[in-house]
Amino acid sequence: MTISAVPTSGVKQWLRSIRIPPVFYFLVIIFVGGAALDLIFADGQMVRNQTILTNIFVRSVALGIVAIGQTFVILGASIDLSVALVISITSVMTSYIMQGDPANVPLAILVVLAIGATTGLVNGLIITKLKVNAFIATLGTTLILRGILNATFTNFEGSVPRSFEYFGYEKIGPIPVSIIVLVAVTLVGWFILSRTKFGYQLYGTGGNVDVARLSGLRTDRVIIIAHIICSLTAVITGLFLVSRLRAGAPWVGTDGVYDLESVATTVIGGTALAGGKGGVWGTLGGVLIFGVIDTLFNQLGINPYMKNILRGAIIVLAVASYTIRSKRESA
Amino acid sequence: MTTTSITNSSRAASILSNGWVLIKKIPPIYPIFFVIFITVGILNPNYQTMNGIFNVFLRRASPLAILAIGQMIVLASGGFDLSVGSMITFVVVGSSMLLSNDPQKAYSTIAIMMVAGVVVGLINGLTVSVFRVPSLIVTLGMLLLVKGVVMYWSGGAPKGYFTDNYRWFGRGTIDNVPIFGKFPIALIILLVISVLAWFIFHRTNFGKQILAIGDNVRASQLSGVRVRLVRTTAFVISSVLAVVSGVLIGGYGGISTNVGNGLEFQAVSAAVIGGTLLLGGKGSVPNAIFGAFTLEALFNLLNLLGLPKPYKDAVQGIIIIGAVAYAAFSTRKKR
Repeated sequence: MTISAVPTSGVKQWLRSIRIPPVFYFLVIIFVGGAALDLIFADGQMVRNQTILTNIFVRSVALGIVAIGQTFVILGASIDLSVALVISITSVMTSYIMQGDPANVPLAILVVLAIGATTGLVNGLIITKLKVNAFIATLGTTLILRGILNATFTNFEGSVPRSFEYFGYEKIGPIPVSIIVLVAVTLVGWFILSRTKFGYQLYGTGGNVDVARLSGLRTDRVIIIAHIICSLTAVITGLFLVSRLRAGAPWVGTDGVYDLESVATTVIGGTALAGGKGGVWGTLGGVLIFGVIDTLFNQLGINPYMKNILRGAIIVLAVASYTIRSKRESA
Repeated sequence: MTTTSITNSSRAASILSNGWVLIKKIPPIYPIFFVIFITVGILNPNYQTMNGIFNVFLRRASPLAILAIGQMIVLASGGFDLSVGSMITFVVVGSSMLLSNDPQKAYSTIAIMMVAGVVVGLINGLTVSVFRVPSLIVTLGMLLLVKGVVMYWSGGAPKGYFTDNYRWFGRGTIDNVPIFGKFPIALIILLVISVLAWFIFHRTNFGKQILAIGDNVRASQLSGVRVRLVRTTAFVISSVLAVVSGVLIGGYGGISTNVGNGLEFQAVSAAVIGGTLLLGGKGSVPNAIFGAFTLEALFNLLNLLGLPKPYKDAVQGIIIIGAVAYAAFSTRKKR
């Protein structure tokens, strides 16, 4: 007798295997709800005005890029609180080196990438070799970076040449360049996580570091690389911000609360804090939720202080909405 | 003859090795603290007097120590409490607005703040226990939420003053105490709280249950520990201690919306320097208190060395990493 397998074409099988992270259902609900609120209480510009719609995405770019990096780190059961400082340092160093001169652009980009990579390396080494908990280690790195930053710069420094503002303001066709970069970073992140050996090693290390190590994975190396990736994405965010601000300032990173918000969006997006589960698309969804909420608050004219209250509540409720279904006790 | 000399040297050796074993048992935080504190004392003659040590240094360190105790309890149960900094801001700004210079209201204001602390602790604890949201996220959300409430309530510009009887907690002293001279009320409050906390944490079942949850939640559940109750109580304790700390800070500090910034991280650092394991299962009240003292002494040291503020931050970071690495290193060896 012949055993015949069920014939399915490759494409159909692939389509069936895509799991949509729950966060996107959330996003749709929030967007629809927000649009309704907007139509009732405000002038409904959110859905009708295309600029505002695109603005939702543009607001999300800065947080989105760094959140993708944070996703890598959290997948490895670690955390990186130093991203806010890396963003600040990037913005200041970029405009300082560029000094408004387009010739300096490549040098500036190389320098800040190097700084970012070094920070990631140092973070990773402290966590893996000194065996310091990631929370404390990156907290310490934040303080060290803040000390170095404040010792050298106190205010806006230098400026960014017009040509570099291309990143922040220009469009290719109808789509802003920044959004293309965000999507590109997400795609690269997704590719690394799901299609490369490193990606599998990262999931394994995050799931259970001891089992991973005993199975022969170089867990130290995996975590260090994850931290380097995270710091590099923080650098990209810094470059984006400085191209929009036209000059760098030492408070850019901390004012935007990029450290805690990147963690929050990653968790909202379905990545477990304990590592081993999740992915970048979920994080992107989480970032978009924040973007929609921010724009919605602006449209409705909500008191900016109230925004923080609601934001805090939403973070908790969003994560609660699906941890409540999990059987495991959390920390 | 030869036997006597062998016995003598072996006895000396055994005394030395016994002594060494005893020395190794001392938690690393105490030598660290004494080294830093003595350095501070050498550099600043103020701290060589009883008055300097008690009235100035210990009084200033008391709020952080109280905060560290609360944070240690939560850390030992396996969680984080990042909301304490915002709670302190809430207490300081809120009290100044509720008091509006009326001494009659002092005690009711403090009572209201305590209730607020219990409520926040309950929300934290229940969300972690019932909704199973990681405590990092819950307390982070609380941090933003409480800060937002403070800003919204005060409109960003806090008004009002503290009355003297409110200030008494943070600033007052008992004068003419023999030996000590002036003994700060804040230190008395710290002592009372530490004795209570030590008793609850080290001598009751409750304390053991906290450590059990921090070590292995499933095992404690199966052993009959009421995980939800214990965890929630830990968060409530942390928030209430944050309120106490806030009252003390309000007593001698100014009113601003930045009062509590970063204090939660200082509390975590103090507890960790004091040997608490971040994933739970190990903690000790006196060690946490001395961790806070060490941190405070470190700040003083950096001030005395005349380092400009930016370098203070950098050195603080290096030392925190170093202290935690050292503590982790010694713990690992015992395993």
